[in-house]
Amino acid sequence: MAEKEFDTGGFDFSEVEKRLGVTRRTFLTFCAGVAGSLGLSTNSAMAMAKAIAQPKKRPPVIWLHGQECTGPSESLLRSEQPSLEHLILDMISLDYHQTLDAGAGHKVEEIKKKSMEENKGKYLLVVEGAIPVADGGIYCKIAGETMVDLTKEAAEHAAAIVAFGSCAAWGGVQSAAPNPTGAKGTQAVLPGKPVVNIPGCPPNPANFLGTVLYFVTFGKLPPLDEQNRPKWAYGRLIHENCYRRPHFDAGRFATEFGDEGHKKGYCLYKLGCKGPETYNNCPSLEFNNVGGGVWPIGVGHPCFGCSEQGVGFNKPLFSLADVKTHTPPNAFPEIDDRSDASGASTGAVALASAAAGAVAGATLVTARKLNSSDDGSNSDDQNG
Amino acid sequence: MSTHQQTGGRIFTLPFMLLGIVAVIGLYYIVERFVLGMGAVANINGGFPWGIWVVYDVVIGTALACGGYALAFTVYVFNKGKYHPLVRPALLASLLGYALGGFGAIFDMGRWWQFYNILIPGNWNFNSVMLEVGLCVALYIIVLIIEFSPAFLEKIGAKGLLKVLDKVLFFFIALGVLLPTMHQSSLGSLLIAMGYKVDPLWQTMQFQPLLAVVSALIMGYSIVIFEASLSNVRFGGKSETPLLSVLGKVAMGLMIVFVAARIIILVSQGKIGLIFAGDFSSIMFVLEMALFILPALILMSPTSRQNGGLLLIAAVSMLFAGALYRFNAFLFTFDPGPGYAYFPSVSEIMVTLGIIAIEIMAYLVVVKTMPVLHRSEQA
Amino acid sequence: MKRRDFLKNSLRAGAGVLAGAVVAPDDAEARPNLEPKEGAVGMLYDSTLCVGCKACVAMCKEVNGMPPVTISEIDAWDEARDLSGDTLNVIKIYKDGAGKTKDAEVNGFAFEKRSCMHCVDPGCVSVCPVTALTQHPITGIVSYNADACIGCRNCMVGCPYNVPQFQYDKTFGQINKCQMCNQKGVERIDNGMMTGCAEACPTGATLFGTRDALLAEAKRRMELKPGETYNYPRGDVSKPDSYHEKTVPAYKQHIWGEKEAGGTNVMHISSISFDKLGMPPLEERSAASVAEGVQHSLYNYLALPAVALAGLSFVVKRNADKAKDQKGERS
Repeated sequence: MAEKEFDTGGFDFSEVEKRLGVTRRTFLTFCAGVAGSLGLSTNSAMAMAKAIAQPKKRPPVIWLHGQECTGPSESLLRSEQPSLEHLILDMISLDYHQTLDAGAGHKVEEIKKKSMEENKGKYLLVVEGAIPVADGGIYCKIAGETMVDLTKEAAEHAAAIVAFGSCAAWGGVQSAAPNPTGAKGTQAVLPGKPVVNIPGCPPNPANFLGTVLYFVTFGKLPPLDEQNRPKWAYGRLIHENCYRRPHFDAGRFATEFGDEGHKKGYCLYKLGCKGPETYNNCPSLEFNNVGGGVWPIGVGHPCFGCSEQGVGFNKPLFSLADVKTHTPPNAFPEIDDRSDASGASTGAVALASAAAGAVAGATLVTARKLNSSDDGSNSDDQNG
Repeated sequence: MSTHQQTGGRIFTLPFMLLGIVAVIGLYYIVERFVLGMGAVANINGGFPWGIWVVYDVVIGTALACGGYALAFTVYVFNKGKYHPLVRPALLASLLGYALGGFGAIFDMGRWWQFYNILIPGNWNFNSVMLEVGLCVALYIIVLIIEFSPAFLEKIGAKGLLKVLDKVLFFFIALGVLLPTMHQSSLGSLLIAMGYKVDPLWQTMQFQPLLAVVSALIMGYSIVIFEASLSNVRFGGKSETPLLSVLGKVAMGLMIVFVAARIIILVSQGKIGLIFAGDFSSIMFVLEMALFILPALILMSPTSRQNGGLLLIAAVSMLFAGALYRFNAFLFTFDPGPGYAYFPSVSEIMVTLGIIAIEIMAYLVVVKTMPVLHRSEQA
Repeated sequence: MKRRDFLKNSLRAGAGVLAGAVVAPDDAEARPNLEPKEGAVGMLYDSTLCVGCKACVAMCKEVNGMPPVTISEIDAWDEARDLSGDTLNVIKIYKDGAGKTKDAEVNGFAFEKRSCMHCVDPGCVSVCPVTALTQHPITGIVSYNADACIGCRNCMVGCPYNVPQFQYDKTFGQINKCQMCNQKGVERIDNGMMTGCAEACPTGATLFGTRDALLAEAKRRMELKPGETYNYPRGDVSKPDSYHEKTVPAYKQHIWGEKEAGGTNVMHISSISFDKLGMPPLEERSAASVAEGVQHSLYNYLALPAVALAGLSFVVKRNADKAKDQKGERS
């Protein structure tokens, strides 16, 4: 199917087939899928495929870890075929990654410094984990330096900065009250620097991959929303594309776990589902490309709002979400909207005026006649 | 023995045929209303459940049919026997007006096939003004038939019946004065329960029945002048202007009472300032008052009161004034809340015009075939 | 009414009738507003809790077996814009300017429920000539009996909220209005259930309960400070299905239905002033009570009309006889 649809222009994919260990067909289908979820055309899919197959110069990547559980990296590593980590590591030159680097200690730190120096203004900085700023940032140190300083240093000459995961995007779990370490998101410690946020706990690897592929292919970042999240992934509320939505609209809710409504797959809003206030593409991509309806709402648990600042880790698990879909203009009747209030038609106005006019006219005519006859009859009376 | 006579003459004249066309169109839409439901014909809606079928056909229609009431008052209660010649045509017009008002009530009734429910005492809600109106109007139609029956009985020559009727007629005449007083005032009382929906300039609360019955009497006298004038022009005969001018004088008195009462009520309820608001309601109020005051001014002068033409103009002005008073209160300035609007549809207006046409046609047929109009000495 | 008052009224009004005018009884106060029934059940609608899911609208249609109202040709889903013969409950929106913030009067939006308020002193019941509309003596639920109804639609004009609606589009239409899910064949309240809309509401914006309990709950909410959290009950206020915690909004200090026109059993609270939410300009005195006051002082026991009729008969007979005599003398 894919072979027929793609105009590969005679491009030779044998090298990439060998390198990635996948068939050409699987590879192209994958690229088309990524382009599709980004809302791009098949031409862009081809451009991506070529960019991957023929890396001019793999962009160097510096990957920092702050306060976190390494969830984002873990989820990235557990992608399906063709393995994302394979693809990513093949596409980019991962010069520094604290958990994946085989080496350790001063040697690795030296390599990082060297790479940053050599690739000034060209490398991609990925931040994973929150950055504590309380007490001078002492709560997270790598090689004797605070995470704040490391981040600022690395950000100085980065071509682009990606905050991967909710912790890096807005602080995540450790930023929730009382937040003793003063944990913050990447953007918060890098004012003025453009940071792309890929929130989620853990974030969907596809959202990272799509954004990076876009960057590699077109040399620029995809369109972002106000919170610097790629619009293609975070442009819609979960509630908007959720397949339980018809139950919400019909007023059918699960009221407790295991009840009749829960078994029947009714809406989980009453159980505290945060889908109505969380922007993510989980309903369409599900999680980790596992398929089979495997994502929180799919398996019967209310959305937790993990990717949404102020929702995940902040709102109680089973408290009700603020429904954000219904801001106008939505299809609600306004207070003065009356389905059947009827205005005046021209014909009706004309007819009513004609009727009133006819009475007035007839009166005047009759009055004139009466006057002439009265002149006579009055004199009759006088005579009589 | 009778001082009344039928005018005779051709029934199917050109105006009659034209009225017939209007009547047929109206009846067509009435049939459509019964087949497809009210929404198919009328523009009434959730905020304006009462359109012109109620407000014109019933509320105004019966007020316009108050000629019999006004004259019964004048002739029998205040013992002014010289107006006797005017009574019978006025009663005919009243009978037709009320009968068609009753018919209007039926086809405006949403669940007309259950109309008998209002006649079952077990259903009665004595708090309801509508109950009083419904029963009273139904009863008055019967009273009007009895009051008018001498004309028919004379025609068929049922002298025995006439004699019996003559003995008990006083009771029905008394009823014919009482019942309209009751339901014409109640038609005003209907407005009380509507509360804020009725514009403050018309929502006089407990004064509604008083204003309604006074304006109904004004319209009653006016319609007698109107009919007599038109009959006179149409069928000729002796001018009744001298008689009518006295009725005009009575109407003038009532109008002064009415206008003064309106103003005093508005002042006492602290709403007089609304007249000067310059909005739609205030304009309609001023227009309505002008229509009341203009004829009052005409009728104040004895010379213009003797002028048949001016008298007729004054009468029509009073009719418009009384009708506008009701239209304003029930429809024009009626405000059930934001977003509601009403204007009758063409079909809805045609039904009302059809009813008016039927009324005029029936009047013409009856005066031509029964002893209704006063026999002119010159004829 | 005391015997003496009755006589006094009779004389006063009788004089008026005989004079050809009806005196405006200044004791139209005769009947004060009706009082809330002791066991009155109702609902409390908290506009600030409403998320506009319309679950109550869908549930209402289901429980009451009402067809969807569609604007487009497709009968896909209910698109009712307002109450009608086929819609007993509808969620409307107030919107100002950009309409961004919920429950803000300026540049904000808010939801408002339209359904029968189940007045304590119901206008529709007062004006209905054939007792088709009745108020339950214990629950205060205002119900409709189509078998008695003649379709005069006086209830529609007599209702301050324009709630009863006639099915204009049917050959044999009827009035429809919310009967608190307790009409024949539904009887949810009698069976110990709550109204459909309150049961469906996921946020407790529509809360079911006795009027007293609901009024107490509403007053409690009035006293909360904006920004605090409050545990909002869902379902039946006296035995809630569940609670949910939410930040308290800036409530307007006004419980609609506590006093308006004698009060209502379905009450509303909101953070937007009620005139903006389309509530009518009502005073504390119900128009129905004034109308009944006038009606009763004129027609109590039909005494006045009877007296008037006797008087009129006498006068007419005397005058008619006189006229006959004169005639006889002349001829």
